[in-house]
Amino acid sequence: MTDSKYFTTTKKGEIFELKAELNSDKKEKKKEAVKKVIASMTVGKDVSALFPDVVNCMQTDNLELKKLVYLYLMNYAKSQPDMAIMAVNTFVKDCEDPNPLIRALAVRTMGCIRVDKITEYLCEPLRKCLKDEDPYVRKTAAVCVAKLHDINSQLVEDQGFLDTLKDLISDSNPMVVANAVAALSEIAESHPNSNLLDLNPQTINKLLTALNECTEWGQIFILDCLANYTPRDDRESQSICERVTPRLSHANSAVVLSAVKVLMKFMEMLPKDLDYYGTLLKKLAPPLVTLLSAEPELQYVALRNINLIVQRRPEILKHEMKVFFVKYNDPIYVKLEKLDIMIRLASQANIAQVLAELKEYATEVDVDFVRKAVRAIGRCAIKVEQSAERCVSTLLDLIQTKVNYVVQEAIVVIKDIFRKYPNKYESVIATLCENLDSLDEPEARAAMIWIVGEYAERIDNADELLESFLEGFHDESTQVQLQLLTAIVKLFLKKPTETQELVQQVLSLATQDSDNPDLRDRGYIYWRLLSTDPVAAKEVVLAEKPLISEETDLIEPTLLEELICHIGTLASVYHKPPSAFVEGSRGVQHKRLPGSAGSGESVDSPDTGSATGVSEAPPAVIPSQGDLLGDLLNLDLTPTTTGPPPVPASGMQMGAMDLLGGGLDSLLGGDLGGSPAMGAAFGAPPAAMPASFNAPVSSGLDDLFDFGGGVGMPMGAYSPPKTVWLPAMKAKGLEIMGTFARRGGVIQMDMTLNNKAMSIMTDFAIQFNRNSFGLAPAGPLQILTPLGPNQTIEVSLPLSTVGPVMKMEPLTNLQVAVKNNIDVFYFSCQYPMSMLFLEDGKMERQVFLATWKDIPNDNESQFQIKDCHLSSDAASNKLQGSNVYTVAKRTVEGQDMLYQSMKLTNGIWVLAELRVQAGNPNYTVSLKCRAPEVSQCVFQSYEAMLKA
Amino acid sequence: MIGGLFIYNHKGEVLISRVYRDDIGRNAVDAFRVNVIHARQQVRSPVTNIARTSFFHVKRSNIWLAAATKQNVNATMVFEFLYKMCDVMAAYFGKISEENVKNNFVLIYELLDEILDFGYPQNSETGALKTFITQQGIKSASKEEQSQITSQVTGQIGWRREGIKYRRNELFLDVLESVNLLMSPQGQVLSAHVSGRVVMKSYLSGMPECKFGMNDKIVIDKQGKGGKEDDGAKSGKQSIAIDDCTFHQCVRLSKFDSERSISFIPPDGDYELMRYRTTKDIILPFRVIPLVREVGRTKLEVKVVIKSNFKSSLLAQKIEVRIPTPLNTSGVQLICMKGKAKYKASENAIVWKIKRMAGMKESQISAEIELMTTNDKKKWARPPISMNFEVPFAPSGLKVRYLKVFEPKLNYSDHDVIKWVRYIGRSGIYETRC
Repeated sequence: MTDSKYFTTTKKGEIFELKAELNSDKKEKKKEAVKKVIASMTVGKDVSALFPDVVNCMQTDNLELKKLVYLYLMNYAKSQPDMAIMAVNTFVKDCEDPNPLIRALAVRTMGCIRVDKITEYLCEPLRKCLKDEDPYVRKTAAVCVAKLHDINSQLVEDQGFLDTLKDLISDSNPMVVANAVAALSEIAESHPNSNLLDLNPQTINKLLTALNECTEWGQIFILDCLANYTPRDDRESQSICERVTPRLSHANSAVVLSAVKVLMKFMEMLPKDLDYYGTLLKKLAPPLVTLLSAEPELQYVALRNINLIVQRRPEILKHEMKVFFVKYNDPIYVKLEKLDIMIRLASQANIAQVLAELKEYATEVDVDFVRKAVRAIGRCAIKVEQSAERCVSTLLDLIQTKVNYVVQEAIVVIKDIFRKYPNKYESVIATLCENLDSLDEPEARAAMIWIVGEYAERIDNADELLESFLEGFHDESTQVQLQLLTAIVKLFLKKPTETQELVQQVLSLATQDSDNPDLRDRGYIYWRLLSTDPVAAKEVVLAEKPLISEETDLIEPTLLEELICHIGTLASVYHKPPSAFVEGSRGVQHKRLPGSAGSGESVDSPDTGSATGVSEAPPAVIPSQGDLLGDLLNLDLTPTTTGPPPVPASGMQMGAMDLLGGGLDSLLGGDLGGSPAMGAAFGAPPAAMPASFNAPVSSGLDDLFDFGGGVGMPMGAYSPPKTVWLPAMKAKGLEIMGTFARRGGVIQMDMTLNNKAMSIMTDFAIQFNRNSFGLAPAGPLQILTPLGPNQTIEVSLPLSTVGPVMKMEPLTNLQVAVKNNIDVFYFSCQYPMSMLFLEDGKMERQVFLATWKDIPNDNESQFQIKDCHLSSDAASNKLQGSNVYTVAKRTVEGQDMLYQSMKLTNGIWVLAELRVQAGNPNYTVSLKCRAPEVSQCVFQSYEAMLKA
Repeated sequence: MIGGLFIYNHKGEVLISRVYRDDIGRNAVDAFRVNVIHARQQVRSPVTNIARTSFFHVKRSNIWLAAATKQNVNATMVFEFLYKMCDVMAAYFGKISEENVKNNFVLIYELLDEILDFGYPQNSETGALKTFITQQGIKSASKEEQSQITSQVTGQIGWRREGIKYRRNELFLDVLESVNLLMSPQGQVLSAHVSGRVVMKSYLSGMPECKFGMNDKIVIDKQGKGGKEDDGAKSGKQSIAIDDCTFHQCVRLSKFDSERSISFIPPDGDYELMRYRTTKDIILPFRVIPLVREVGRTKLEVKVVIKSNFKSSLLAQKIEVRIPTPLNTSGVQLICMKGKAKYKASENAIVWKIKRMAGMKESQISAEIELMTTNDKKKWARPPISMNFEVPFAPSGLKVRYLKVFEPKLNYSDHDVIKWVRYIGRSGIYETRC
């Protein structure tokens, strides 16, 4: 008999036929029918119409049939809650069955049925099952507590299940312990502050004992839980490490990696001179290498983790370079990751081998891999000075292959090599120039132009080369345009006599014919510099550039610390903190390594909306250097700089309009001195300049006043504390913290922008997606000065409510795009509903009464606000500050009833009844509104306003 | 934890769909199909994030297994679980194919209900599962039997049930090694390692306590210190340095960690006792010496010599040398001293097969490859020459010293157990660049 036939029924009238079969008297036929139903369900057909018939089959002693019916119930109970009640009796009965397998099955299934009424009935059976004599039932019940908590956390707390669960940690059966630990860990995650998993030396000891005895999966739960514990001192830390190390020999890679996580974390507490510390370091390498002989998917996860481990503790794997050599038939994702680790481990000792490998890889088929390999050769040159020469010659060999993408990639890295070792390898420039025509990618073109500009004095036909690029100036990408502008100015400063025309041409192209503010501004500045003080121009434009550092694209130390605490998990695969891809409150806690240097106070923040789209692939580890372009000082193409860029010493006097710089003469030399043509050329254009230079100053002041107003005026309106909206690691170094406030009847978006990258950020702009209440920026984002590394700027953006409207989920969700010279970043945040309460939100008493009656009772929703210790008057005052007006107050049996009204920006009225009982910290709010979907958000604001 | 588990056929049709968590909606099933199975580009990562849901997938023949989650799960565990799931299914109904999955869908649902609870993996040892998940429906077991089942599923020895009896107590022990090599054209070893497995079949009565010993350098050195000093060296018992090893969950890891002894109560039937890896003093059974000469633009001369490097009394089998040829090959002429060689255009390779070859011998093949002229600028990538073979010894040098069985409750002793040991060395990725 084969079951595959069930997948093929496609007849019409199938449902009726099934119905008849389900109600058949014959057991076999019934079972067949249920199987058919399950098969239909699997392929996505809607068979919910059969609900009563299927549930009727539940009363059976055939376990296989029962399991099938349960499976059906789990799928459809939610859509038919009333019918699902029919099943309750059988569940309750099954929970008393003499067969432990059936008891467990019943409690397991009941927990999966997310219907409120059923969960009520679940409590009693669950309580019994948690104390069942059979461990199989207890271990199932432990997980069921987590299920119930997911449906109704309040119920779990009220029923005292959490305490029972804690008791199970001391259970005699290791699997019960493991499941209890898993359930508690999960529940604790959604209550970050509760001391639920109160880990102390006694419980740790219990866990460590269970660790030796439970299944491989149980060991993972326990190890993951252990990793959250912070030992009191180094002795405890060592003793835990000693008991965890045997796990490194487990056949299950997840057990191994979780053990590595515990060890990596607890090692932080051990003194480095301890013998044991060294032993531990040695013990970590072999299991990590063994992971690389697992299946490719596991290898991938392991490699992503090794990448982190190598950054944190390079000493562990420094002798293991060979195992990361790429195999010909590794899947591409494994190849790319191995390459990354190879570069991290490259050192003088092994560079010859590494280079030979990389050269081999550069001839492979996969384009991404080849590019990465070529780039890696460049990075080796920068990292290991002794190898630079060999790297350069390898790159030259690769350029000779004439394979288009290899050539382009090679030119991009050679540019970096020039930055690291100036004036050393110019001999190769000739070869590079030969390939000028084949470059079609902006990054490669920009790199080539930079090289030509930088070495203009040694390239005879530099002007011709650059001129050839100039022809299609407007079709080039910004990156290339900026680079071309700078390169031509450099050329001019180096060979002023022959290139005047060229420089004028580029300056006018950049300033007059371009819409790009970056380009225009840079053009004007060069123009001014050249015309006022060419000597200064020379100092600025041809200034010595800081050397680039050896290590590139290291993960930011704080993020790295956090990721080390998440070894083995998705976060370590994505190289992102969990808050970046987990919705809701779970995983928002930022984990920290214990006792490590430089960790300030924890950065826990109630996450409002930082969970933005992460649909993009895991971040590419090599940054595209082109993204970091930007500053005037021609540091554009630097992957990382060792220090802040030098500040131009002169040539930036604001008001000076003396465009005919006398200094130019000295530059042009005696025979050309005071050339009238020259002067005229430079004197003519910048009529537009004063405006563009004055604007920033004045609006900068506005900005100051604006901000002062915001901070100075105590409006009493509620404004939540600032939270991180856009973490730095998601935005190439730009961190945005922000909140909303309502000041003087205007909604303000207050933001703190912090530049954590190493390059200057400019050209900020902001845009909103359509949202529920039509919020839109009322003006441009007022950031006019470039934001230097480690600088912070506070801005307030006034918002209007006349933008396009689209209903969001949740209602107060706002999706924002922020642009700067580096890229465009997206994040979403939630504004408190109270921002939308208008100043004229006070209703007349009569109108209030009439409206309250008029709105149907279905639209009323009631909420509880807990732990609020304000008197009714204080509450009323506090709310009034945020435009929630008390229309009337009534006192009934010691209960103050406040009747309040508020009006939203889109004209919706919300009416509220706030009940405050003296001595009772729990308030009750009833909200009535014609648009009941806003109630939830209004309530949240209420709670926030009252507790602020 | 795992929010949902789906099985698809190669077309992306759902064969099995089980949702464990409320945050995984029905559309997740389609999201994976559209974005991964039907994706135009080759899959670039086994972990995919689609609309804030993360998907983990593995492929077995043309069947896709995918796990979905919205939380920061232990990714390693999810993959380990997916492999385990494959093992369990294979143990129940053999090959994982569309037909088998469809034929056994009820069973698979039953298994999924048992081994994943709310997305948490539970006991997934087939030995234990088979006692109470059967295709025949549950037998009306007696109360003792039931509690025996549950205590086994949750107990410390979840992999073995009590009361096993055999008339003949027998043990089969295979040391299976795969030797991996990457060699430069000049004959320099770029990387070499052996990954080995000790696979056992045990048919033993009761709950026997086993102890396994091998020529592990650490153990032998330790014993050497004990008294008879240069005994080990004199008797020619060479010990090997094991870089790392992992064990089946039946092995007491803490005991291994402290005393380096491998003691365990074995599962019944087939299982893998340990895996290990060595990199030092590997016996490379074959050496490949390539010689490639380009004669003008249209011809390539290839000469490959293989040398067997082990005792002449031993025989290697199933030898296969694969010499890649350029894509624009138009014809190949082959001369080989031994075995058969063929040019396979569809695989772009010359395949040279030799059935048997004794140690300390050498053999040679020469080929003339004619090329079509192309205007493809890109040079031929010259993939490495790879080799396959099987030899009757362990290239790592590992030797089994003893395998002792104690069963105090039943009356059979270590001597009564019949033990079979065999060594097989196979090629893993055994490549020589040319």
